[in-house]
Amino acid sequence: MSEGLFTQLLDLACGAFLLAAVIVLWRRELTAIVRVFALQGVALAAIPVLLGVHERRWDLVVVGVGIGVLRAGLLPYLVRRALTALTAGQQRYGTDTGESRETQPLVNVAASLLTAAALTLLAYAVARPLVELDPTPETQALPVGLAVVLIGFFTLVTRRRALSQVVGFLLLDNGITATAFLAAAGVPLIVELGVSFDVLLAVLVLQILTTRMREAFGTTDIDDLRELHD
Amino acid sequence: MGEVSSVLLLTVPTALPLAVAGAYALAGLRPRTGSVLAVPSTAEPVMAGGRPAPGTDGAGRMPTAVREAPPAQGRHLADWAALVSPAGILACAVLLALRVSGGRALRAYSGLLRADALTVWMLLVVGAVALIACASAPAHLADEGEAGRAAGGSVWRFHILVQAFLAAMCLAVVTANLGVLWVAIEATTIVTAFLVGHRRTRTSVEAAWKYVVICSAGIALAFLGTVLIYYAARQAGIGEAWALDWPTLAARADRLDPAVTRLGITLVVLGFGAKAGLVPLHAWLPDAHSQAPAPVSALMSGVLLSVAFAALLRYRMIANAALGPDFTRVLLTVIALLTLALAAALMLAQRDYKRMLAYSSMEHMSLIALGTAIGTPLALSAALLHIAGHGLAKSVAFCASGRILHLTGTARIGRVRGLLARAPMLGGAFGLAVAALLAFPPFSLFASELGIARAGFTAGMGWPVAIALFLVLTAFAAITARTARMILGPGPGPHADEEPSSNLWPLVLGLAACAALGITLGPLAGLLTTAAHTIGGR
Repeated sequence: MSEGLFTQLLDLACGAFLLAAVIVLWRRELTAIVRVFALQGVALAAIPVLLGVHERRWDLVVVGVGIGVLRAGLLPYLVRRALTALTAGQQRYGTDTGESRETQPLVNVAASLLTAAALTLLAYAVARPLVELDPTPETQALPVGLAVVLIGFFTLVTRRRALSQVVGFLLLDNGITATAFLAAAGVPLIVELGVSFDVLLAVLVLQILTTRMREAFGTTDIDDLRELHD
Repeated sequence: MGEVSSVLLLTVPTALPLAVAGAYALAGLRPRTGSVLAVPSTAEPVMAGGRPAPGTDGAGRMPTAVREAPPAQGRHLADWAALVSPAGILACAVLLALRVSGGRALRAYSGLLRADALTVWMLLVVGAVALIACASAPAHLADEGEAGRAAGGSVWRFHILVQAFLAAMCLAVVTANLGVLWVAIEATTIVTAFLVGHRRTRTSVEAAWKYVVICSAGIALAFLGTVLIYYAARQAGIGEAWALDWPTLAARADRLDPAVTRLGITLVVLGFGAKAGLVPLHAWLPDAHSQAPAPVSALMSGVLLSVAFAALLRYRMIANAALGPDFTRVLLTVIALLTLALAAALMLAQRDYKRMLAYSSMEHMSLIALGTAIGTPLALSAALLHIAGHGLAKSVAFCASGRILHLTGTARIGRVRGLLARAPMLGGAFGLAVAALLAFPPFSLFASELGIARAGFTAGMGWPVAIALFLVLTAFAAITARTARMILGPGPGPHADEEPSSNLWPLVLGLAACAALGITLGPLAGLLTTAAHTIGGR
């Protein structure tokens, strides 16, 4: 693969990666959000695959495929399954509590998108020393990873549905994984495996807790979690 | 021969709790192979026995959701088996202590596991606190069973998750790889989630949700920080296999790029600080600690916080070599004082005694952070001693609070009166544990707080230490007033509801150990000095 083509493809993958995070902020339907999240997983998996092909490191390609299976397949599947369970319960009770929609996020969509733009600028500002340390095509795309981390954090704190928070957490995690690949071609394999396993388990735990929340509170609106305070 | 034994000593602290967890899983599985299942009526795929049980969906809906209690003898054996791993951890720690004297370190699995004096010190604390917590667990489980809250499988699930929790903490302590350290600390969040949310009530589901979301997101920041340090290390010419190895990084940190390291360390401090109960990501702590079963609260408060903080101690070495000591000093001082102010303010208006103990944990973690910020050998030794003293005293206080909750049926401070008259031993143990937390002599927290204050004044950090002392005094007043109200005064009736002494020996043991540490360090003195030396006290 020629240097120019590699840079273009890498930038394309990173652009799609960032765009997916912004679309997650924009959409309100949880099913659409999960679909976009899966697409983001594909873009994320493309980064190590491209790196691997470019540097002829086939282990990176294998890691990329594994990341793709986890982030574009398994994790979206788990979130979607939790969502189906919630909406099925909703139909059973015959009430519309809006489980499948982010009805009233704390910050409205226009302001969210503006914030996403501001966070991206912030990521570029913060990442300047990182890029300057070793200016290659990979590290020049590195601010994208940080931007997705920040957008994920923003999603986490402004969304009110339990599952939107899970997606926010996963965006955060995707951003970190992308940063790791862009900065240093990924962390050592044993750490990567451990991290992926932890993320998978965390999502399983959150999925079960969502069900329990639904049973205990009758809704998965985070604003209703106000039993514990001082 | 020495090679084999060091591999063994480094493996056992993690492998033994995992093996015990596996044994519990098998034992919990065996009676279930009959027709009856321990899963309650809900059809969700419960993590029966700590892992997704295949076929739960089909069998769980069977009408026979009730299972006869395990036979008393089996139950008894199960309770004692939980003590195997704390004992094993302590034994390994003692054997390791003999071999790391003089600042040597043992390695195994090509540097993945490594023990130095800090590791041994933390293993001793983990083992001692786990001994207290696991020995108090049978009484707690018996109460749950009595109250009908323990659906058959939940006893096994409790044991499995607690053992897995111990394994994760030991792995976090014995690994030298900063990536594996992160994985182990995140694993503690995952295994304790269902211990916090064990009751499925609104409060415990809420606490578990906040716990998992805040801790996972917070600690994700620490991973981002780790990634940035890895990047800086690779750019500094350290090979892939060694770029996350703590001794390598600590030795060659002066070559790391300062700007990248600064960003990475800030994220790491925020991230592991979340797990150690420091601001700004502390919000999970009072909820989780007040909702978890008492033995789990004891473990979380007594050691999990300090295991996460031990990670910060390691990173501080790297940061100091790369950036000079001022960066972490300022960062940790600010965080410590903010945490302390917040904890003291919230304790002033506290009405729940378990939450009061949780905020007291934040108070003590911020003192440890302050000691670390000061960074002289005296301050670091005092901070490490404070970790041990706080672990022992807080685990006793939480285990006693669990017994009080069972006795009185309320967690409200205002509704508990005359504990000393009602149950003299239990009230006494709780009162003494709180006195230890308030740093009364002879308990070791007196010595360590004094050490931190003295070191601060000599190191020219008089102002932060003075502010901290004022805030500690505020917390002191708040805790004293509330505890006095709980334990003094006339009892509610003529009869005394004394606990059987079999439930109280772990508490007495913990208090005795805490007091002994305060009087003399004995053989531990050398270990403590070496450990402080390891993390930069020279």
